[in-house]
Amino acid sequence: MNIIIQLSYLIASILFIVGIKMLGRTKTARKGNMVSSVGMFIAILATVIQVEAISLVDILICIVIGSAIGLIIAQKVQMTKIPEMVALFNGFGGLASLAVALSDFWLNTQERGVAVDNITGISVALSILIGGITFTGSLIAFMKLSGSISGRAIVFTGQHLINLILLILSIGITVFALTDFSNPNYMIILGVLALVLGVLVVIPIGGADMPVVISLLNSYSGMAACATGFVLNNNVLIVSGALVGASGIILTQIMCKAMNRSLMNVLLGGFGQTSAAGGGQADGPQITVKEVGVEEAAQIFDSVSSLIIVPGYGMAVAHAQHVIRELSELCEKKGVNVRFAIHPVAGRMPGHMNVLLAEANISYDKLIEMDEINDDFANTDLVFVVGANDVVNPAAKTNPSSPIFGMPVLNVEKAQTVIVSKRSMGKGYAGIENELFGADNCLMLFGDAKQTITKLVGEIKEL
Amino acid sequence: MSAETFIILLYILILASYLGFELINKVPPTLHTPLMSGSNAISGITIVGAIIACNELGYLSVSKWLGMAALILATINVVGGYAVTDRMLKMFKKK
Repeated sequence: MNIIIQLSYLIASILFIVGIKMLGRTKTARKGNMVSSVGMFIAILATVIQVEAISLVDILICIVIGSAIGLIIAQKVQMTKIPEMVALFNGFGGLASLAVALSDFWLNTQERGVAVDNITGISVALSILIGGITFTGSLIAFMKLSGSISGRAIVFTGQHLINLILLILSIGITVFALTDFSNPNYMIILGVLALVLGVLVVIPIGGADMPVVISLLNSYSGMAACATGFVLNNNVLIVSGALVGASGIILTQIMCKAMNRSLMNVLLGGFGQTSAAGGGQADGPQITVKEVGVEEAAQIFDSVSSLIIVPGYGMAVAHAQHVIRELSELCEKKGVNVRFAIHPVAGRMPGHMNVLLAEANISYDKLIEMDEINDDFANTDLVFVVGANDVVNPAAKTNPSSPIFGMPVLNVEKAQTVIVSKRSMGKGYAGIENELFGADNCLMLFGDAKQTITKLVGEIKEL
Repeated sequence: MSAETFIILLYILILASYLGFELINKVPPTLHTPLMSGSNAISGITIVGAIIACNELGYLSVSKWLGMAALILATINVVGGYAVTDRMLKMFKKK
């Protein structure tokens, strides 16, 4: 019997690996997700058949409740809210790993009175620590993204010192726990410390750094599962946890590179606070912008033969993606070469912009990555920037005193004409002026993106 | 846990991590969001541990209640994660 279960776990692990591999190509991605879910189903089935009949009802009830909640959330969630949802699910996964490890520990030390060896004990402590941080950290990320708490970085003096002390305390508690496993209080205190740490670690990180935080928390939830695998001596937990842990780290690195920041710099937080002050002094002369009306903009759109649209998070906030599809189809019908330039950190999680544009039914081969399209701006007639700011700021290339100096940006200013759709002259996340808006070839189209672009489409149709 | 078992588990951990790095490195940015929510669903594998934890003693047992809470949370993670990933990938079309 045991061999069948172990073999099922092996098959599940293989299906996860194949599934992730297939998720890496647009053509096979959907199938890959299914392959991985079949793996999960096999792992669950192999586990359920070994439980006692008396517990089966409880287990099935829990699974039905969880499935119902999961399905409802997955069906209802808007694509703009995907980052929040992933953060929330991450948190649930982390808390589940914590609870499983604590449950096993409690069962052995309290209910069965069995001694726990050091390796298992340390694994329990790690599950509790990582799982706890993942849980509250994800909740804070969720609240920042959904706007129920301020997305600004929350900083106070001594913040990093407090975090460091809490971490040292956690290690100390674990060492104490090793000396006396019959006392469960150590593990409970450790759990509380982890929950507090999760909150403190994420609050100093500003809203636009959330892509990095979500990737990292994703990685943590994998590591928590992995540590729980060591507690239960279970291979499939270790393999899947390690896969997720590694993938989260890779995505975190990609995000950091796209912002020209080190992971440490993001995690220490406070970005946007200090830079706002520094940027204020460096400003010097005020930027004067040229406004453009909808009719005039429509005429410019009508006269060009190549167009690159640069979407940013502001587009998602204004729910302008569908009307942008209309605009792009309209221009294509007139024979304009329309493409979209996607900055790697546009949106609130890696690849978020692609999902939003896919939902609006825009073909994915029109979405071009920054590195591939950056040289093409120079021979493009018109660039239309919608709700993006810092990722098109030329100061990142030219102004060494700018806080975003060195960050790879889209070379939109090289195009013949740039039209920027923006609600107001409000600053981007980094809190700095955008030199692009004052450039000679840049025209500002003020107003809510959805409304102005709808009007724009109407005007172009009439021409 | 014996030292031998620990070493074997450590081998599994390291090899699987390396495999994870290799697999993800080549994924195009277009797919990063579905990839993340898909791998998020996989991290719900802790559901296996939760089921085992539910299989203990009676309703007076703390570990059983912890297990049941973990099972509900992990199921939300797994089912919701796979469902939303599928919903996203359904939309990726080339015209």
